[in-house]
Amino acid sequence: MELVLAAAIGVLTASGVWLLLRPRTFQVIIGLTLISYAVNLFIFSTGGLRTGADPVLHQTAGDLAQYTDPLPQALVLTAIVIGFATTALFLVVLLASRGLTGNDHVDGEDGTP
Amino acid sequence: MPDNIVPSIVLALPFVAAVMVYLLRAHGRNLALWLATATALLALGLSVWLYPAIVEGGVLRQVAAWAPGLGLDLVLRVDGFSWLFMLLICGIGALVCVYARYYMPADDPLAKFLSLLLAFMGSMLGIVLSGNVIQLVFFWEMTSLFSFLLIGYWNHGASARDGARNALIVTAGGGLCLLAGVLLLGHMVGSYDLDTILASGDLVRAHAWYTPTLLLILLGAFTKSAQFPFHFWLPQAMSAPTPVSAYLHSATMVKAGVFLLVRFWPVLGGTGEWFWIVGGVGLVTLLLGAYAAMFEQDLKGVLAYSTISHLGLITLLVGMGSGFGVVAAIFHIVNHATFKASLFMAAGAVDHEAGTRDLRQLGGLRRVMPITTTLAVVAAAAMAGVPLLNGFLSKEMFFAETLTTGHGAMLNVMYAALAVAASAFGVTYSLRFVRGVFFGKARSELPREPHEPPLWMRFPIGLLALACLLVGILPTRVIGPSLRAAASAVLGVDQLPTYSLAVWHGVTTPLLMSVLAFVVGCLLYVGLRHDFASRETAPVTGLVSGKRVFERMLAVLGSDLPRLLARTFPDRRLQPQLLLIVLLALLAGALAASSAPFGVAPHWSSIDPAFALLWLIGGACAIGAATQAKFHRLAALVLAGAAGLVSCVSFVWLSAPDLAATQLLVEVVATILILLGLRWLPKRIEGISPEGRLATYRRRRDVMIASVVGLGVASLAYAAMMHPVADSISRYFLEQAYVQGGGRNVVNVILVDFRGFDTLGEITVLAIVALTVFALLRRFRPAAESIGAPVQQRHDAAADADADEARLGSGDAMPDYLKIPGLIVQLMFPVIVLFGFHLFLRGHDLPGGGFVAGITIAVGLILLYMAGGARWVEAHLRVLPVRWIGAGLLLAASVGLASLLFGHPFLTSYFRYAELPWLGQMPVASAVLFDLGVFSVVVGGTTLILIALAHQSLRRPRHTPSADAEGEH
Repeated sequence: MELVLAAAIGVLTASGVWLLLRPRTFQVIIGLTLISYAVNLFIFSTGGLRTGADPVLHQTAGDLAQYTDPLPQALVLTAIVIGFATTALFLVVLLASRGLTGNDHVDGEDGTP
Repeated sequence: MPDNIVPSIVLALPFVAAVMVYLLRAHGRNLALWLATATALLALGLSVWLYPAIVEGGVLRQVAAWAPGLGLDLVLRVDGFSWLFMLLICGIGALVCVYARYYMPADDPLAKFLSLLLAFMGSMLGIVLSGNVIQLVFFWEMTSLFSFLLIGYWNHGASARDGARNALIVTAGGGLCLLAGVLLLGHMVGSYDLDTILASGDLVRAHAWYTPTLLLILLGAFTKSAQFPFHFWLPQAMSAPTPVSAYLHSATMVKAGVFLLVRFWPVLGGTGEWFWIVGGVGLVTLLLGAYAAMFEQDLKGVLAYSTISHLGLITLLVGMGSGFGVVAAIFHIVNHATFKASLFMAAGAVDHEAGTRDLRQLGGLRRVMPITTTLAVVAAAAMAGVPLLNGFLSKEMFFAETLTTGHGAMLNVMYAALAVAASAFGVTYSLRFVRGVFFGKARSELPREPHEPPLWMRFPIGLLALACLLVGILPTRVIGPSLRAAASAVLGVDQLPTYSLAVWHGVTTPLLMSVLAFVVGCLLYVGLRHDFASRETAPVTGLVSGKRVFERMLAVLGSDLPRLLARTFPDRRLQPQLLLIVLLALLAGALAASSAPFGVAPHWSSIDPAFALLWLIGGACAIGAATQAKFHRLAALVLAGAAGLVSCVSFVWLSAPDLAATQLLVEVVATILILLGLRWLPKRIEGISPEGRLATYRRRRDVMIASVVGLGVASLAYAAMMHPVADSISRYFLEQAYVQGGGRNVVNVILVDFRGFDTLGEITVLAIVALTVFALLRRFRPAAESIGAPVQQRHDAAADADADEARLGSGDAMPDYLKIPGLIVQLMFPVIVLFGFHLFLRGHDLPGGGFVAGITIAVGLILLYMAGGARWVEAHLRVLPVRWIGAGLLLAASVGLASLLFGHPFLTSYFRYAELPWLGQMPVASAVLFDLGVFSVVVGGTTLILIALAHQSLRRPRHTPSADAEGEH
């Protein structure tokens, strides 16, 4: 389980980083999306992987043996929403840069349109 | 009135008056003058009243709690030494106000000037009254700021601006060093209270940090008191109006540095470091200032260098480290303030009347300005140290002190000789000042016809000159008790050295030294007076200008270095910067990993085949997205979405339903968003442009880097998973979520209750992003080739015989396009909304919550837009996303603030169980209201972003030839 998830995080990161280093804005935005998946999974995994554990309390108080670790989940929930916001912002900056420079290079200055 | 509230009144008075004077500026100069002078006099009166409390080493303290948790209090503290300074600050302050009224040009808005002057007075009082060293530094920096504003008061002149800037950089920079110094000091002593620090001298001097602390504090003092090598700011500050020079640059601000030296003398003084550094710097400054003053042509320049020299003298006295030296230093602080302030005012009067301050142009003014001449001669004689004037007394004490340095006879002789030399220079420049301006031939070519200045301009000069005389003739009566109070406050009543303030001590060595200095000084003047007048700068020392060095440094730091960096790292381009960031992150990760105690667990984790298969697909999608993103954007988007979906399934698999739901919905919204954006990107067709060798190299390099990063992150993740944290704060959340937060869904309780402040910040970010997106898109100008109608729309239109040209032109959806899905969406919309509310309501106890619910509603709305077209939706439904955002933020913040009303900290949540009709027992928590705010912001923010982007499609497409040609591909 852990090995598979670690490999998955690795593949997502590698694909994302490769795209991040590419010259086209669209590649960068997809790269950021992939990296944010990887980061979310990574933060989530720090709480330990549990299948079939309970996410919602039955009694008035719980312990970690029976329930999932809520803290990484709360962190990731925040990260997902912020990730969405940055993607939206980046997309709009991308569009504005495309409109201004006439091409979709991240630095707006390559020869081909 | 009890004595112990007087300090706070004295401190508050100038600030209050500063504001009042500024607010009443429309009511004329005289009101401003009266207010300012009355304030200064009132503060002076109150200070005098405090005398009985501080005589014989008494200390008056007024304490208010500031940050008790850190052991910090706001302390006002008056002892004899600070009391003496209060008199100087308030007394000379009042005189300067009166003087300024007649000195400043009639068309000058005096109120602003006086208001700044009063604020400066308050800051200066703050320094001397502070009983807490951090508070002291605060006021210290305030004096730097107000001095900046005052020096640059005539800000239309370049020299005033430069002078103000340099003064600010030097003194405020020194203030930062001082802050570091007092922080170290406070850390050593364990308290920032001045009384505690003053009592811990032995501890501090024996501490390993003594030297760095001493150096930092000295940097603060030396910069403020214009000691070598920081002295250059003071002559430059002479472009300030003369009242400012008289007040700040003779009597008060420059004295703050020596005030600090005397104040901390009991703690830091008496060591070898103190003797050599403080004494050495003082000696160099004394000589250098006096020497340079002789060669100045500007009247105020002479006084500025003379001030530097006298401050050096005071520093030297404190540096020599004996109690007698400290007494002499305090005495000279007062004496110098009186004669130098009156000299500055006299110089201002000359400038005011004759229109120039150049010694080479002035002369013979005694015939037209007899009274001013008399007063200036008295003050200048005090400066030169003529008997029966106050300067003579402190100079005698100085000579006596140099004879007993306590470091051997050689040093005594050297110090005494240098002291005589400096004193002789003092005689020379005093003579040059008096004779050059008031005696000699009358000049006819002056810019103005000089005559006696107004009475009220002469009055402050006269009063100060009178003080010089009185102190000089009757020292024990006039200054004796105050000096004793001040000295005993610093040294302790029982440690007071024997000193005599008598005018005549018989024929002693100091007297002989004085005589020698006079003779040498007069000879120097007679011999070299034509030489002085013919030089622009002083010989030898004039070659190196501190000002030039400083400005060179500023230029290097401010423009050369940035330019060099920009040349070394030439990239404004994003791509190389991203590469750099990735490489740095890799390096940092590698460094951290190499030192981390990871013995990765030896056992293999079990592999669930289904899960492995899932991620086989997920990984393939990710790699596919990476390879397709350049030429097949839609495919890449779908593949990336699939990878997201796989991670979403993983969340379900690993017992995190909340995450899965949020991720799924965000996935939907993000994909729609990027789809909307795709339309504005340029076409990119595989194989048109052949790939260069450089590009191939880059791709290979980046594959390498990406693989290494991926491998690193994978091993890090594996190591982290194999080493779960033994006991984290999660336990606390699990135990308290229901008990304190009233919710069974712990994740949601953390978000809206325990870590509610984080969430408030997060929704604020979301709101800001949404508004930014909206604002950016309002000014969005698409590229020329994207302006035409998309190919699909035109093809549809051509196929449709009933094509309505106008409708095509609007860019809206085709008629009957998506008719059936549109109908389904219309029918489903209320269901989606209901589902959203369901998610919201159950969020506190079951998976769900404000975020998920908000995105659900937003998805419902955007489905409507997609199926029905923007015009149709907006004709039927008023969506006001900005209001949703505003209402949501307001609600969340006010729920947080409401807890303050009940005396709880910000965002404390409240809950109890309520019996509701039909629904039964329900937990009612204020956190639910907070969550409602979150919900509202998410709905508004997401919708605003999507609608803003969708509206771009409503642009009227233009039929440009190029766009048509583009469409034929």
